[in-house]
Amino acid sequence: MLRLAETVTTPLLPQDYLDLVAPLRSGADLRGRIVAVEPETPDAATLVIRPGRGWRGHTPGQYVRLGVDVDGVRQWRAYSVTSPPDRPDGCITVTVKAIPDGRVSNHLVRRVRPGTLVHLDQAQGDFVLPAATPERLLFVTAGSGVTPVMGMLRSGAHRGADVVLVHSAPRPEDVIFGAELRDLADRGVIRLVERHTDVHGLLGVDELAELVPDHLDRQTWACGPVGLLDALGERWATRDVADRLHVERFRRSVAAVGEGGTVTFARSTVTVAADGATPILEAGEQAGVLMPSGCRMGICFGCVVPLREGSVRDLRNGDLTTAEPGDGVLIQTCVSAAAGPCDIEL
Amino acid sequence: MTVIQKKADNPIAHLTAEDIESLGKELDAIRDEVIASRGESDAAYIRKVIKTQRTLEISSRAVLLFSLFPPAWLVGTAGLSVAKILENMEIGHNILHGQYDFMRDPKIHSTTWEWDHVSPAAQWKHSHNQLHHTYTNVLGKDNDLGYGIMRVDEDQKWHPMHLGQPLWNFLNACFFEYGIAAYDLELGRNLQKGRHRSPEFRARARAVGRKIRKQVLKDYVVHPLLSGPSFLSTLAATFTANLVRNVWSHSVIMCGHFPNGVETFEKKSIEGETKGEWYLRQMLGSANISGSRLMHIMTGNLSFQIEHHLFPDLPSKRYQEIAPKVRDLFDRYGLAYTTGPLPKQVASAWWKVIRLSLPNRRDARPAQDRPVDDAPAQPRVPALAGAAGA
Repeated sequence: MLRLAETVTTPLLPQDYLDLVAPLRSGADLRGRIVAVEPETPDAATLVIRPGRGWRGHTPGQYVRLGVDVDGVRQWRAYSVTSPPDRPDGCITVTVKAIPDGRVSNHLVRRVRPGTLVHLDQAQGDFVLPAATPERLLFVTAGSGVTPVMGMLRSGAHRGADVVLVHSAPRPEDVIFGAELRDLADRGVIRLVERHTDVHGLLGVDELAELVPDHLDRQTWACGPVGLLDALGERWATRDVADRLHVERFRRSVAAVGEGGTVTFARSTVTVAADGATPILEAGEQAGVLMPSGCRMGICFGCVVPLREGSVRDLRNGDLTTAEPGDGVLIQTCVSAAAGPCDIEL
Repeated sequence: MTVIQKKADNPIAHLTAEDIESLGKELDAIRDEVIASRGESDAAYIRKVIKTQRTLEISSRAVLLFSLFPPAWLVGTAGLSVAKILENMEIGHNILHGQYDFMRDPKIHSTTWEWDHVSPAAQWKHSHNQLHHTYTNVLGKDNDLGYGIMRVDEDQKWHPMHLGQPLWNFLNACFFEYGIAAYDLELGRNLQKGRHRSPEFRARARAVGRKIRKQVLKDYVVHPLLSGPSFLSTLAATFTANLVRNVWSHSVIMCGHFPNGVETFEKKSIEGETKGEWYLRQMLGSANISGSRLMHIMTGNLSFQIEHHLFPDLPSKRYQEIAPKVRDLFDRYGLAYTTGPLPKQVASAWWKVIRLSLPNRRDARPAQDRPVDDAPAQPRVPALAGAAGA
């Protein structure tokens, strides 16, 4: 039957026609429809999304990749799911904080309207609580880093445990989910330690030790800016308890830049000049090449493509990778910048 | 036409190399302006055209299931013809040019799109985007000049085969998509040179074969069969729709480079060609069609052939927007902007096909097209402006 339909719709596929009327049906590419946009703080909003029939659900703490058209250009970004898995209406929520000059985040917080279709990937990520919830938990978050933790708290997965949440935000009114967190604290479900950078400065590791003296004994989940996460990682590692720390990064940390060079996407017949700080993923996207992409920070390997020839530098650690034809070298385009001319198989 | 370099009254003789470079810069600025504002409205436009086309195609095909009933045949055939024209012209041609690659939508991208045409998108992109658009109107380089079966320029050598070219052109119009498939395969040349046994050619020929099989199966087998008792009338309908689409696109495309006023160029004139000179060649090598908004959409905005040839990868609806600026450039640089209504341009192109089916008769040519007698072979530096001061 499907084969017959294909013979009539060629060169298109039957689903190209079905997409016109039922974009969320099962079997379609995974999409979702934004059903509501709820303001959280002056610069953050929660999007309520009805996912398509193919949505397989999520585990609290995981993120979902959202493909949204901004100024006519498809942009993909990862956001933590902030709703519990068993939401009665079947919708999911993500909470987005508008960052300065952030094209996508500002679009989602300020411009997007209910009814908009967005593209989705299945939920992914291992920033989740284990099946057997530890007795003592610590969450360390800053800014929008609270979003995956909110997903966990709302699911109730921590129930019965001794939970401390240390959260840093500029001012009390900037705390995303502030009212809900304070209510949880009032009811004794969690111990909430709010730090406001306008008053207390940036949250530091030594300060954390004072606020939560037994922090190293707790299983800890942390999400926030690169500097905070790196400092936490160092402390937990030097005390030999690195296995008790689980971190979620939102952005790539840049440690080195490449030399720059011309990047050729042979199959797309596109050549662009890229500087040494621009990931090849972004250089290709700006030139209109269909680049596979994922987390955009070097974690998920969704952007891996063969480097046929040339050199690239890993922006995270400065490692140089060089390929010659036939080597079959694979590179992560989201964290690799050109270090001389390179030829990408795309 | 006569190649521009041999004309007594060379239309670019008054331009210096500096003029041509500043012309190029002005065109670059027009392009930058469009790129800067390219975005949401272009994306919304192409999605709307695609949605309209798909709705029209599927509903026309549904109506044709009852094509035994004459009004259904008429409505369905008309709808399917329009749908096929939209699909090839405003959608397929333009997406395959990469006009919408900026959207990063894998479903609307030059590398993933396939069109309702017997020539596979990949092969068409090579012969059209890479060869025709690069070597536009250069004799011996741009096979679009007569498609290798016709003589459309006085400077192309006459052969007795050309006596039949009005007929070849008529047949090519009726079965244009097959003509294009053969053209993209370079069928004639490959057969002539015995290259038809090479694995590369055979792979491409097989790809064309597969595409033809799918297209024929859809239009001439499955859809008529689904129509049951209306089998024959649906068959006639899909054949008619393909015929209408073929004749229409052939006519529009003939108007792009064949009408009177369009210039051609010598092969050696493009050696070391600068960007400004390339632009100038596109300006003089193309002709527009004037008409209504509907007319522009149905031609895939190839009615703005000049603007399209200057900027093949800008979203097509922008051509209309920049046309006044481009025309102003023509005026300021003293160049002729060739345009006219469709019937006039089609007639002009056909007249050329008929006229050049016979060997050159010098006095039959328009005065400005007569070559300069014993014009010396000029060293041409810079390439196009060489005639200046000579």
